[in-house]
Amino acid sequence: MSAAKSKAKDFLLAVEGLTVSFDGFKAVDDLSFYLDPKEIRVIIGPNGAGKTTVLDLICGKTKATSGSIKFDGKELTKLKEHQIVHSGVGRKFQTPSVFEDLTVFENLEVSYPQGHSVMGALAFKRDRAVIEAVEEVAETIFLSDALNEPAASLSHGQKQWLEIGMLLIQKPDLLMLDEPVAGMSVTERKKTAELLKVITKDHTVLVIEHDMQFVGDIADRVTVMHQGKVLSEGSIEHVKSDPKVIEVYLGH
Amino acid sequence: MFDGYTSSELMSIFAMQGFAGLSLFSVFVLMAMGLAIIFGQMGVINMAHGEFMILGAYTTYLTSGFFQSYLPGLFGGYFLIAMLLAFLVCAALGALIEWLMIRHLYHRPLDTLLATWGLSLIMQQAYRSIFGAREVGVELPDWMMGAFQVTDLVELPINGLFVMIIALSIAVGVYLLMYRSGYGKKVRAVVQNRPMAEAVGINSAGIDRATFALGCGIAGIAGAAFTMIGSTGPSSGQAYIVDTFLVVVFGGAQSLIGTIVSAFGISQAQSTMEFFLSGSMAKVLTLLVVVGILMLRPEGLMALKVRR
Amino acid sequence: MKNSSPLKWFGSREGLYYLALAFLLVVLLPLMLDPFRLNMVGKYLTYAFVAIGLVMCWGKAGILSLGQGVFFGLGGYCMAMFLKLEASTPEATAIQSTPGIPDFMDWNQLTELPWFWEPFHSFSFTLIAVIGVPVLLAFVIGFAMFTRRVGGVYFAIITQAIAAILTILIIGQQGYTGGVNGITDLQTLMGWDIRTDAAKTTLYFICVGMLFLCLFIARLVQNRKLGRILVAMNAQEMRVRFSGYDVAAFKIFVFCLAAAFAGVGGAMFTLIVGFMSPSFIGIVASIEMVIFCALGGRLSILGAVYGALLVNAAKSGFSESFPELWPFAMGALFIGVVLAFPNGLAGLYQTYVMPLEDKLFERGKGARAEATPAKPAAERKPKTEKTDDYDPMIDSYSPEKS
Repeated sequence: MSAAKSKAKDFLLAVEGLTVSFDGFKAVDDLSFYLDPKEIRVIIGPNGAGKTTVLDLICGKTKATSGSIKFDGKELTKLKEHQIVHSGVGRKFQTPSVFEDLTVFENLEVSYPQGHSVMGALAFKRDRAVIEAVEEVAETIFLSDALNEPAASLSHGQKQWLEIGMLLIQKPDLLMLDEPVAGMSVTERKKTAELLKVITKDHTVLVIEHDMQFVGDIADRVTVMHQGKVLSEGSIEHVKSDPKVIEVYLGH
Repeated sequence: MFDGYTSSELMSIFAMQGFAGLSLFSVFVLMAMGLAIIFGQMGVINMAHGEFMILGAYTTYLTSGFFQSYLPGLFGGYFLIAMLLAFLVCAALGALIEWLMIRHLYHRPLDTLLATWGLSLIMQQAYRSIFGAREVGVELPDWMMGAFQVTDLVELPINGLFVMIIALSIAVGVYLLMYRSGYGKKVRAVVQNRPMAEAVGINSAGIDRATFALGCGIAGIAGAAFTMIGSTGPSSGQAYIVDTFLVVVFGGAQSLIGTIVSAFGISQAQSTMEFFLSGSMAKVLTLLVVVGILMLRPEGLMALKVRR
Repeated sequence: MKNSSPLKWFGSREGLYYLALAFLLVVLLPLMLDPFRLNMVGKYLTYAFVAIGLVMCWGKAGILSLGQGVFFGLGGYCMAMFLKLEASTPEATAIQSTPGIPDFMDWNQLTELPWFWEPFHSFSFTLIAVIGVPVLLAFVIGFAMFTRRVGGVYFAIITQAIAAILTILIIGQQGYTGGVNGITDLQTLMGWDIRTDAAKTTLYFICVGMLFLCLFIARLVQNRKLGRILVAMNAQEMRVRFSGYDVAAFKIFVFCLAAAFAGVGGAMFTLIVGFMSPSFIGIVASIEMVIFCALGGRLSILGAVYGALLVNAAKSGFSESFPELWPFAMGALFIGVVLAFPNGLAGLYQTYVMPLEDKLFERGKGARAEATPAKPAAERKPKTEKTDDYDPMIDSYSPEKS
């Protein structure tokens, strides 16, 4: 245990002994895993395995019952959501949650990491730097032509990209994506895989995904969760051939 | 504030005020049951709930008048008929209101609050136009007069006891309906997952209407019971609405047991303090404590910790 | 786009709306109405302060407070306490058993001024308290509720309970507050008799001035990024939180802002009407204030002013001729505003009148339109200028909600 703790410093994210229970039901049970900088990690697992809850715990949406989450040396379990965001963790939700009334430009502008306090938001000015940052991100997420469209008019896939863009403009060190290709067409999936490859050049990414084809395309390593615990971990081939994993997915 | 009382005096003060608080408790439980069903199960805030209760009270008033004039021999039993009528009248109006107004406002709880407030203004003024601004009272049948002599000092009025029995039977009835019947299962299914409930063939619109009507019907029974312990005026209902909402919220919106416990706690606290302080300060203190606790524990007394 | 000079703004469509309101309040009504009626309009306008606050708090940020009467009342009572002390000089109250204290205290056997009345001898303290007391209470309530993520109907019910508590408290503590009659018989403000027609007209214009100041502040907030965050928070609170904003802080801010506006309105009410009583605080008064805002259009600060004026004018009109019909009308208004036209008068204006204006503007402006684009209507923003410098003078964002 002490060896693992001392190692924690080399990881970008070190989750140790993480547990959360809802009225006695342990949704996440003594979970530990570690992310290297610039790694793409995919979490897979059957429904109800606790995947989304893990992301909720890391970004502070749910408070852990016990355990620790160390990010870049900081303990996240004691921080509030916005403080976790400021320390460099971005989270995309399963269903696209963008500001439908605002244009794409305004969506990205609101996410720009400046003027986060009440007074800051009152004093915030749309200057050159903001416009350039927005245009750059829009380019990355294939939405340069839609900057002035209201977000409500975007397709489902474009909204997913926009939300990823809203994370990118915050310049986070760790991006967490919950089923980024769910409900996307085949072409959109391909473009999203491309997008993720670009993103991972300078971000660490933690993804929840069901589509095994897509997982194979992007993952460095895969963590398989089952009933709130880590069932298996390693390369996609390793995981696929793990008898425990086969048992869980095909056994019942 | 306890200065100058011996401990035995304090005991009997608490006992006396406790009994006095029980009729407040009955009104709270009766009103809160209907509110809790509508709010807890449907997320709708019904600000006109007090007016539905008063509709039940006026129905009882009219029924008692009818029996006095035409069926004086059966007067002893009029109350049961009145209670049934009060339930039916209020439930029917509730179903109508749901169809006209509420069903357009699901998922906009703040708007239901404003719209039902408008409804309450209209109902109050309608009562004022029809029944006049003065309060009316019903005549109690003979068997409800008088009191049980428990000890030399303590006596229990029969009408108060009767109302309490009604309140508790309704609470039991609501519990059985919600947790032991097919209808209750459907209601809870719709609350937890509306699309899924619809997918397995539950008529969610019908369930909504029935639930709203049921809540209003219970308010009607509450009104019938209310006539036994107090007189009825156009704005008698509004006097209780805020307290009752606090009772519901304080008990935890989804919990019937919580509602009863909080109704008991709030009514007892208020009536006990009333002895030592002026009535208005007792009320201020009670409300302040409730609001204070709600600020510290917003989910109410009894709430499940659930994964959202 | 460096054409944001104030003069040009007055030529824009939005500028014209403000000019029209100013014309109505500063020129038209004072010319048309006798001092008594103008004083009534002044009274209605004091409610507009509350309605503007509700637009910011409820319309934009989605926080429905049913206790705005509390803040209105606190502002009003602060002012009334100052005026009452000024009216209760030892000479004027020589017949009392304790001269020098307000008459109702004497009637309730108080023999000295309660401690919390003492500072209200000072006018500057009173001015601070008019805003400070409501804001402080709003901060305490907001801090307790919003940091614990209490919102929606729970917040509405708790604010309503607070309105009930304060009313009962004021009525119950007659000796300290004047009880159900309130604080009456107010005469002078720093020696200036506020009961004369001339004084009432002056107060009316002060009220209009303060109203425009509040409109300006509200407009500044709504057009900055702050305003956008408030609206975004209403629709997607979670996303705002995970974009790095402390949602509770924003909610507390807007709730305090609304309380400050209400406090100013209450103080103006006391000055214009000449007394303050608990009937302007309670549950019924507080929820009526919501309808001023809802009728005007819950997203429009200008609409709120018209809403407050119209509802109160209608109320006076009804109670002069058909008092028994007023509750029906008011009830119907609540239901209608929610069911039939949730965006109120401003929404109707946008749907039915603005298209006509568009035609008018296009014909009138012709070639000039290119140089100074008219203020775009909410949904029909010209796409070309969006990435230009952000111009706080142009109301570029006011989303419609269903």
